[in-house]
Amino acid sequence: MSAASLTATVAVVGNPNAGKTSLFNALTGARQKVGNYPGVTVERKAARLTLTDGRTVDLVDLPGAYSLNPRSPDEEVTRRVLLGAQAGEGRPAAMVCVVDATNLRNHLRFVLELKQLGLPMVVALNMIDLAERDGIRIDASRLQELLGVPVVTTVAVRRRGLDALLAELPGLIDTAAATAEPAVKADVRALNAQARAIAGQVLVSEGQGRKVTRAVDAAVLHPVAGPVILAAILFFMFQAVFAWAEAPMTWIEDGFAALAEWMASVLPDGLLLSLINDGIINGVGSVIVFLPQILILFFFIILLEQSGYMTRAAFMMDRLMAKVGLNGRAFIPLLSSFACAIPGIMATRTIDNPRDRLTTMMIAPLMTCSARLPVYTVIIAAFIPDRAVGGVFGLQGLVMFGLYVTGVLSALLVAWVLRRSVTKGASQTFLIEMPKYQLPVVRDVVLGLWQRALAFLKRAGTIIFATTVVLWVLASFPAPPENADKPAIEYSLVGRIGGALETVLKPIGFNRDIAIALVPGMAAREVAVSALGMMYSLEGDEDQVAMSLVDRLRSAWPLPTALAFLAWFVFAPQCFATLAVVRRETNSWKWMGFMMAYLFGLAYIAAGATYWISRAILGV
Amino acid sequence: MSEPVTLGAMSPGQRARIVEIAAEAGGSDLHLRLYEMGFDEGVEVEILHRGPIGGDPIAVQVGGMVVAMRRRDAALVTVSPVVAPLAGGAREAAE
Repeated sequence: MSAASLTATVAVVGNPNAGKTSLFNALTGARQKVGNYPGVTVERKAARLTLTDGRTVDLVDLPGAYSLNPRSPDEEVTRRVLLGAQAGEGRPAAMVCVVDATNLRNHLRFVLELKQLGLPMVVALNMIDLAERDGIRIDASRLQELLGVPVVTTVAVRRRGLDALLAELPGLIDTAAATAEPAVKADVRALNAQARAIAGQVLVSEGQGRKVTRAVDAAVLHPVAGPVILAAILFFMFQAVFAWAEAPMTWIEDGFAALAEWMASVLPDGLLLSLINDGIINGVGSVIVFLPQILILFFFIILLEQSGYMTRAAFMMDRLMAKVGLNGRAFIPLLSSFACAIPGIMATRTIDNPRDRLTTMMIAPLMTCSARLPVYTVIIAAFIPDRAVGGVFGLQGLVMFGLYVTGVLSALLVAWVLRRSVTKGASQTFLIEMPKYQLPVVRDVVLGLWQRALAFLKRAGTIIFATTVVLWVLASFPAPPENADKPAIEYSLVGRIGGALETVLKPIGFNRDIAIALVPGMAAREVAVSALGMMYSLEGDEDQVAMSLVDRLRSAWPLPTALAFLAWFVFAPQCFATLAVVRRETNSWKWMGFMMAYLFGLAYIAAGATYWISRAILGV
Repeated sequence: MSEPVTLGAMSPGQRARIVEIAAEAGGSDLHLRLYEMGFDEGVEVEILHRGPIGGDPIAVQVGGMVVAMRRRDAALVTVSPVVAPLAGGAREAAE
């Protein structure tokens, strides 16, 4: 830090919703490196910049905070970095403090608190254009005078004021930190009073703030219209996730099929080809195929977050969540889990309270993810008659809807039980700032989408790859004897494991074929469908297998078995990647084990109950 | 001056001046966070919205910020209702 040749670290700090990330994105663009702080699941974003004098600085985007008195792991990291106490980060040489010009009164208090740290700093008076539009006039030079630090007006989304901001940095870095430790901490109320006094002096006119936001909120948060709008947005989102993803999913499937074909043309028939085609391409491909759906869902979630609507959704959902011991913030991760539990579990990072976060993670896999759909579709097509109920609804559609609802209700019930048992304790209350509405910025949407997709692929990709290789080994060895009369998988280790499982699964109505198919289904739920296809030695592409599987299942399985199979998939944690992500995010084998045990337990009970009750009703 | 009530008991459209912010029983730092977000004695607040289920949580305008909070937490804040000079919507809660 002292040597001028070393690259200095400059921290970007500010209140949440001050436009800090937008400013960081505008300054650094695609140069960002996203990682984690060691030991905590808090994201670290940094980028190296070259200043006008040729020096380089590492700009670090610290999590948004209201104060240095942390109430969440995010804020704790911000505090620790600024005090030089965070592992994996040197103490910054200077700070860029981002302030929302339309919210000066509330944001100045944090600026004053940061100033006490004794680090050189520059204040970025951001969103000055919105302030002007609202008729808020700020005397920036007077503010600079009163604060005693440079003040630069910026509009991050339009890249205004960025050069002036960067031009302040060399001077700041050369200023030695006044004190290594913060000055005597002034009381929060004293700082508040000081902040209001300064705001009173620099606000030339107060303007009529948030006119647009108040008008939109009058409709969006209306007690009756609000929930209707929320439901409409969610409906549109899910509709789009499935409709828009259809074409790219076909391309991905075709791409993997072409790749497998090409492999078969260049490699000799044998173990290596089987590993690549049946193992890796088939297994990884069956998960990557969901990427379009996940990206589309991420896209909508980013739009909802950046526009400011997401906190309104949390506001409306809070009371419902509170009933099961969670709070409105849990809504967002649970929403993501409908595409895939992995991004959902990763999104629980926004929940401050560790017990709330854990509970949300534990119930995330109960949201019906896309990988369950192929399973549901095949079984419903085979066993549920295609007839109308009450004139309008198709019975098949109703069953599908029922499976979704069962998942959601079970999740709420499980959360309620967990909050009274294993994750007992005071829950986090719901206290959240509702930002003004803003049009999403293309740069921020694209960067956000890119970063989330990359995180998903990194996290899931490695796990999925390893899982598929292991399952291929289990499904391929030992090889069937010369005079084999049953499918090869029967002779393999998977067949033997499945055979052993049959004893356990028989009481809930599962036959040997199901038991065997469930083993490779641990890679992803939908793999169970192709495994069943393998069991019945069906040939052809996926659609043909599914079609002939429908016929085959109809004759091979009694109805109660099929219904029990559906019930099983509502609960069973048939996805190694999800379990592995839970282990990573909780940093605990215990919680991963707990999730696996409780979900398999519920799956067993639900499937068993479905089997015996439907047998009794049908009299078979 | 009107009788002090708690912020948690107010309805949308009402405005009030903060009289006192109490610490929550059980030693959470919630009152500190309220101060940090801009709530303070003498500061004027306005209730803007309420949640669709049971009227909870509420959205409170404080300075340039709107904060969503549960009524139970808002009960920590004692306020003195301000008779709004605006036409329509706003009405006084006490007296």
